[in-house]
Amino acid sequence: MSPLSLSTQGLEIIAAILAAPLFVGWVNQCRAWLQNRSAPSVLQPYRGIRKLFHKDAVLAERASALFRITPYMVFGAMVLAAAIIPSMGTRLPLTIAADSIALVGLLATARMFMSLAAMDVGTAFGTLGARREMMVGFLAEPALLMVIFVAALISQTTSLAAIAEHLSGQTLALYPSLAFTAVAFTLVLLAENARIPVDNPATHLELTMIHEAMLLEYSARHLALMEWAAALKLFNYVCIGIALFVPWGVATESQGPVGLLISVPVLGLKLLGAGAGLALIETVSAKLRVFRAPELMATAFLFAVLGLLVHLLLGA
Amino acid sequence: MPLRKWLERAQALPGSPSAARVVVDVTDWLAAAGDVAAAGGQLLALWGANVPAAGDARVRAALVHESGLLVLELALPATDGLYPGLQSIYPAASRMQRAACDLSGITSDDPDQRPWLRHAAWPASEHPLCASVMGVEAAALTPDDYRFQSVEGEGVHELPVGPVHAGIIEPGHFRFSIVGEKVLRLEARLGYVHKGIERRFQELRLYEGHRLAARVSGDAAIAYSWAYCQALEGLERVQVPPRALWLRALCLELERIQNHLGDLGALGNDAGFAFGLAQFSRLKEELLRAVQLALGQRYLLDAVVPGGMAVDPGVAGIASLADCLHHIAGESLNLRNIYDEHAGVQDRFVGAGAVAPELARRLGLTGLCGRASGQEGDLRVDAPWPPYDALAPVKCVQRGGDVAARVSVRFDELQVSLQLALRVLEQMPAGAVRFAMPVPAAPAGELGIGLVEGWRGPVMLALEPDGNGGIARCHPHDPSWQNWPVLEHAILGNIVPDFPLINKSFNLSYSGQDL
Repeated sequence: MSPLSLSTQGLEIIAAILAAPLFVGWVNQCRAWLQNRSAPSVLQPYRGIRKLFHKDAVLAERASALFRITPYMVFGAMVLAAAIIPSMGTRLPLTIAADSIALVGLLATARMFMSLAAMDVGTAFGTLGARREMMVGFLAEPALLMVIFVAALISQTTSLAAIAEHLSGQTLALYPSLAFTAVAFTLVLLAENARIPVDNPATHLELTMIHEAMLLEYSARHLALMEWAAALKLFNYVCIGIALFVPWGVATESQGPVGLLISVPVLGLKLLGAGAGLALIETVSAKLRVFRAPELMATAFLFAVLGLLVHLLLGA
Repeated sequence: MPLRKWLERAQALPGSPSAARVVVDVTDWLAAAGDVAAAGGQLLALWGANVPAAGDARVRAALVHESGLLVLELALPATDGLYPGLQSIYPAASRMQRAACDLSGITSDDPDQRPWLRHAAWPASEHPLCASVMGVEAAALTPDDYRFQSVEGEGVHELPVGPVHAGIIEPGHFRFSIVGEKVLRLEARLGYVHKGIERRFQELRLYEGHRLAARVSGDAAIAYSWAYCQALEGLERVQVPPRALWLRALCLELERIQNHLGDLGALGNDAGFAFGLAQFSRLKEELLRAVQLALGQRYLLDAVVPGGMAVDPGVAGIASLADCLHHIAGESLNLRNIYDEHAGVQDRFVGAGAVAPELARRLGLTGLCGRASGQEGDLRVDAPWPPYDALAPVKCVQRGGDVAARVSVRFDELQVSLQLALRVLEQMPAGAVRFAMPVPAAPAGELGIGLVEGWRGPVMLALEPDGNGGIARCHPHDPSWQNWPVLEHAILGNIVPDFPLINKSFNLSYSGQDL
């Protein structure tokens, strides 16, 4: 294990934790601009998290230990996920620990904890949110797995770092199969991160909430961690997308420290573009009726399967 | 007996040009209510009159027929003190009867006797509008055991929502009975913002009341203060200068425009289309600023006063307001195109919360929501009061009854009101805007009626002077009374997450009906 790979690993984790709220701030800023509103500062999410950490936590009377440990579990799962996503370099010591299928499992674990914690307190809204979250989740996961299978088939490996390394080695090669899966992945990203058109992160209408409904009983540091974890999740998803579909610029085995230095601004640029694109999608869409979400996820699955077929039949 | 006979028996009331009163006995009470219903009329309001002496309790019902308002007045029978309830003829009567029981202590013989405005704040034996209550008594708080209708069956959940909500909105409690996401039944409980407005009226002088009236439901300030002044000016036999009447109409249309702009934005936002909210909020803000420039207030809470208007726009104010209205007319047409052609928004709007015209008629759905369900009532056209007799606005009616229809009526009315306001600005007569009011001379026992089509629907205000320049009784009526119960029907068969959108498309007043 070289010092370089260790520093890559450390840099990635720290960058993900620190930059995730910034990415959310950037998306919010783009959204405000697109709607002709004056935008909040890009640092606003940090201020929100800081404010929450300074408050005293209020716990529901019958909250069990599960309710209290869930924010740490979810946050931990997201940090671990960040550790195995090759956002800057592909030499990550921790990738041996988990491949891309385990990554999906890791995200599912976080979801399971959140849903259980939401039901733990026994309020109507928590259960409502948990139920809807599981409905969206169990439809989105197969589509996400399909997306990863296509990339894995192309690269002959399920390790995300190896996939990114393999794909970035193909200089601007176009895979039609990946084009299909990119569409599928975008839909999954929107659904899994509670974005419009599946959920509305800005809503105050408790009856329409999915993700937010599960957080209604959280306060102070618990809520701060949950929101931070949500930002990390979005950051992770975007980084997975970058690793699968636009991996060029990621630091690989052969490039040495220079590659790592270059990969940081490259990742920044890609995130800027991804954030603007996400804001655009959210501005031009309305929120779907809850029962249309399965149709959207079915579409995502269909696109992923199409990608798989294109790869198997055409080898492209 | 046909409606015509009742109208012949009735005596015209001061205030609204189309209001008349007939004093009835118990049998006539039901007969008249039934005859008005048979002629296509609806119940507008039901309230307890002032009680000048013990044992003289009276109940009044205001019925809208095709050309005006018929007020029935019934002295409570001495035998059992119960008056015949109107619920079987007009379902909307139920909550008004329950509220009248809470406040005035008059009880109907209808089956639902649960309190409506009285929560646990005061004991059932006390009635705030009775003279014996001083209004300062402290009552021991008792547990609130309000019984909701429950739904039995496999897999049925109860979902209680409110009165404290996740966003900053007015308080109301909604009890959903659901299977999965599907709503089997909704029962609302309101009254959380009961402020004792009617009691407060009794402490005010006749010439002060318009300010409180404007604050009954702040988003309809002009409608209420105009209704109050209409009733008062009728009682005092005062003619208002024509320019003041035209200015009032201008303000009423501005209020309609402003609320429709706000609602259209909020409806977009509730469908997850925040772009709509940003754009309509901008337009609304531009209008508020133009109104402030022309009339000195953003929200016109103190513009209408007894005898005329407190504000008069100058030439520059009129020009800038007209510019702003032209600008809004153009932009809102563009925004309507965006809403109409946005597949996602239309998917949320079309078919959600439908109230079929037949159901709307039976339940007495009124005002804007009624016009979206084929109920063609609009007092500005049906029973025009000056200056609407000269302005002759157009009715905007849809028959779909869903969220899309209510959005569509709002867009239509927005354009009509913009043109109406522009016409008023152009053709408004010159002259004084306010006559001095005489020393109040209206004798006790008279009843003045103000009747104005606000943006939400017909706003009625019944004013009884005490003979000494004070208010004996003032009952403001909001169209939300009729429409809240219909919301419970609109949601049936829809899914829970569509409720906020449907609720917003009705956008009913809590404050106006909680009083």
